[in-house]
Amino acid sequence: MEGLLHQVLSGLANGAVYASLALALVTVYRVTRFVNFAQGEIALCSTYAAWAMIDAGASYWVAFAVTVVASFALGIVIERVVIRPASRAPALSVVIVFIGLMVALNSVTGWIFGYETRSFPSPFPAEPPFGNRYIGSHELGVVGVTLAMLGLLYAFFRFTTLGLVLRAVADNAESSRLVGIRVERMLALGWGLAAAIGAVAGVMIAPVVFLDPSMMSGVMLYAFAAALLGGIDSPGGAVVGGFVVGVLENVMGAYVIGTELKLTVALAVIVGVLAIRPTGLFGHPSAARV
Amino acid sequence: MTLLAVEDLHAHYGRGPVLRGVTLDVDVAGVSVVLGANGAGKTTLLRAVCGMVARAGTILFNGARIDRLATERIACLGVAHVPEGRGTFANLTTEENLRLGACARRGPSDRRAIGAVFERVYRIFPRLAERRRQLAGTLSGGEQQMLALGRGLMSSPKLMLLDEPSFGLAPRVVEELYGILRDINAAEGVGLLLVEQNAAVALDLADRVYLFETGRVIMTGPPDDLRGDSSLRRAYLGY
Repeated sequence: MEGLLHQVLSGLANGAVYASLALALVTVYRVTRFVNFAQGEIALCSTYAAWAMIDAGASYWVAFAVTVVASFALGIVIERVVIRPASRAPALSVVIVFIGLMVALNSVTGWIFGYETRSFPSPFPAEPPFGNRYIGSHELGVVGVTLAMLGLLYAFFRFTTLGLVLRAVADNAESSRLVGIRVERMLALGWGLAAAIGAVAGVMIAPVVFLDPSMMSGVMLYAFAAALLGGIDSPGGAVVGGFVVGVLENVMGAYVIGTELKLTVALAVIVGVLAIRPTGLFGHPSAARV
Repeated sequence: MTLLAVEDLHAHYGRGPVLRGVTLDVDVAGVSVVLGANGAGKTTLLRAVCGMVARAGTILFNGARIDRLATERIACLGVAHVPEGRGTFANLTTEENLRLGACARRGPSDRRAIGAVFERVYRIFPRLAERRRQLAGTLSGGEQQMLALGRGLMSSPKLMLLDEPSFGLAPRVVEELYGILRDINAAEGVGLLLVEQNAAVALDLADRVYLFETGRVIMTGPPDDLRGDSSLRRAYLGY
């Protein structure tokens, strides 16, 4: 029983990271109707940038803050330079652009920083908090940071005019133009936000999976599963999906299929959702004229 | 005085031309009504004025050319387009829809100015005030049309483009809506460019009528000209 509790709690910590990345995917999807396959590699660049700053002697939280802001800018630049010129192309061409972007970002990161595996510091103490036996400090910290970020995002979307405008663009781009909203700017802002969210997720997961250029591949599969499970157009669903996938992964890995086969949980969730309920738990059905 | 002057406007969607040299005016505080069969290019005319389709020709608004401006810039100059299908932000609340309308406001847009215009819109459409926290997608057709009008009014426009505001509404609701349009036009001097299938109700409001056929204006004049011509009256008014 204690073992199960431990697995569930540490699953929640991983789930928090999946939730963040799924939320980044959903944010881009809602404003552009594209699934950003390069989201994980953008987060990878952010994580390496944070590592480089910490390695050069910057304090952890300064590096963290600078990384988040720089990632926001990186997201905007990528949208402007790479995605926007392709955005009117057929959907499959855009997918190819995303895959190209993913490979390019991965290779550039490896080229600059090398392919060896490195450890990444955690800002939280090594000892478990309050001497408990169920959850480590880093795990608890990840959950806390993620929940704080989600709260901030919720407040931003719910209570600010800019957040309202972003929701409007996600809801109806044409009507947004008719009320004077500069939709292209909002798309770029959505990309920036997604990249910043991904940066937080990357920095939070790096101490767990260690830093190397392929660190995000597995993590992103879980995030895709989480986003699909929650409904690809539902931010709340992405968060729920993230935590569910995190716990499921850990419990299945510990008791059913073994840790080596954990990643198949993500695939099973993806296939299962697409087969049984393509809109996910909280998504809306969509229709398109073809 | 002319508020909107469209001259030799052409527009096309992919394959073929939809507008072939349309010339049309809306006076300051005037009401111009465009009538015509389905597919005559009425909706495209409104979309072309707002830069939502590729267009060629001259469009002057308040004496300045807008035919090369993007949709959002045109909106911010004081042109409120209430599109076909109403363009509701379905997953946002009524109040949020209205707040978005204020994005295109010219002049003061501080909290007090917005509060005042909110109050005005809610006075004109008390039903929207009752539904302010409701998701717009769950409103009835008539309420959504009111919301679309209210959203347009939030920007304090000089010109409103209305695409079949009576479409799909019960006769009583249409009557109510047109009463409101008349007030908006008379009391606030907002010019209207009105596209309608429901010719009879629109003509009562019009000071100038344009008949469209396959992308061209085939007749223009005051509404009485149309009423006085028996063949046109039969074709467009049905009596």
